[in-house]
Amino acid sequence: MKRVRAIAAYTLAAFLLAMVQPSPSVAQDLVQDMPQAFSGRLKLTGGVNQIEGAAGGGFTPWALIGGYGTKDQVGGAMFATQVTLDDFTVQSFGGLIGWRNRLEISAAQQSFDTREVGAALGLGRGFKITQNTMGLKIRLVGDAVLDQDRLLPQIAVGAQFKSNDRGGLVRALGAQDSQGTDYYVSATKLFLAHSTLVNLTVRSTQANQYGILGFGGLGKGRSLESEGSIAYLPRQDLAFGFEWRTKPDNLAIAKEEAAMDLFVAYAPTKNWSVTAGYADLGHIVTRSQTGLYVSVNTSF
Amino acid sequence: MFRSLSLWIGLSLSSILVVPAVAQPAPLPLPPARSATAPTIAQDDRLIRAFGGQEGLRAMTADFMRRVLADQRIAIFFVGFDHAKIEGHLYNQFCQILNGGCVYTGRDMNIHAHMGITEADFYALVEDLQAAMTAHKVPNWAQNKLLAVLAPQARDVIAVPSKPLEPQN
Ligand code: HEM
Repeated sequence: MKRVRAIAAYTLAAFLLAMVQPSPSVAQDLVQDMPQAFSGRLKLTGGVNQIEGAAGGGFTPWALIGGYGTKDQVGGAMFATQVTLDDFTVQSFGGLIGWRNRLEISAAQQSFDTREVGAALGLGRGFKITQNTMGLKIRLVGDAVLDQDRLLPQIAVGAQFKSNDRGGLVRALGAQDSQGTDYYVSATKLFLAHSTLVNLTVRSTQANQYGILGFGGLGKGRSLESEGSIAYLPRQDLAFGFEWRTKPDNLAIAKEEAAMDLFVAYAPTKNWSVTAGYADLGHIVTRSQTGLYVSVNTSF
Repeated sequence: MFRSLSLWIGLSLSSILVVPAVAQPAPLPLPPARSATAPTIAQDDRLIRAFGGQEGLRAMTADFMRRVLADQRIAIFFVGFDHAKIEGHLYNQFCQILNGGCVYTGRDMNIHAHMGITEADFYALVEDLQAAMTAHKVPNWAQNKLLAVLAPQARDVIAVPSKPLEPQN
């Protein structure tokens, strides 16, 4: 009886082994027949993550779907960004998933370190304001990379749902709300024959300083803002660019201005890129803020 | 005279033997071409010179073909095809696009339509081409001029899996 059980067990084990360990040639065939699951698109064609987490440039979302997924694949990206300004430090980190080069879902957290200014305002030195942003983006038409014989850009619409954790403070500053949603339309075109990428974005927003200072103000609601990027790609692994982003000016006690930046993005491998730049974020609370922008991105 | 006649008859007879007894199924009709296969995009010889002239382009194309055949992602598509012939056609296609003084004599890019090529396969081939061009010191601006012509051909090359073409009766 014991013997029979043993034989049965061995037979079963051998059968299972044969199932999970196919001969090398079979394994090879399987690998070859399997369509590529990830990372089908070309280097840097998913952009990097902009400050609120969507695929784009440094501050502006692009119509590109983040990650390297083609229309048959899923892609993704993760990032960490720090902007060290004269009086403040802005940090952002998060990730996104791109589905079939059609839909992008992103989540990111922005934090705003008031450093010495926090102490001066009586909030405490290094007082932080934190905001969570969920993003959605849908590509409507066009392929920024493939449609080189057409003028039609890649066009996407998106939304960013933001929630600020310092409701009391931002209301005291004059904001109406600690939560708000931005809606945007982006058009992105790669002019490959000229190694140049151009993006234009129109955003409907109530956010004060991206939402760090809350949403809305006295008698002020939504406004339409413009954003844009232009990047030159002298090599497949390198991009130089300029960006701007206009913003509302809702708060009576804290003037707000447009942001601008100059950046260099370098992708030593397809899966990693580093972006560094000079950012002029305009007037924030105390005075005009400029500083260093650094971001690391990994995409698949 | 007699020799050539007997040759003629011999050839005709052997061709009868070669013809298969069962009629082949009619090949699937090709979709209409949606992008130009070999438009000439340069007025002068600046572009072809950036590729090292005809000689440089020939070497680059050979390297490209080698890389494609060694690329585990897409090599399988080329099994059973005449690689030298494809390479020759590729060379003429690139050469005509770059105004290098050649004429493309191959078929339209829609011949790829039934091969089941995905967008990822297409980009894999583009990566191999970029690697070959870079290895042959083709400057980035010139690489991108060629790629800008090839990119829209994705519409002819990539299969549309959801809607197979109706075979003709
Ligand atoms: C823009 C991209 C491409 C270009 C410019 C291109 C160009 C060509 C050319 C010129 C030929 C020869 C045509 C002829 O025999 O008349 C050819 C054949 C072929 N191509 Fe492509 N090709 C491209 C993409 C691809 C891709 C992505 C694959 C597969 C992964 C592929 C697989 C083949 C195969 C298997 C043949 C042989 C077909 C036959 O002889 O019937 N091609 N291609």
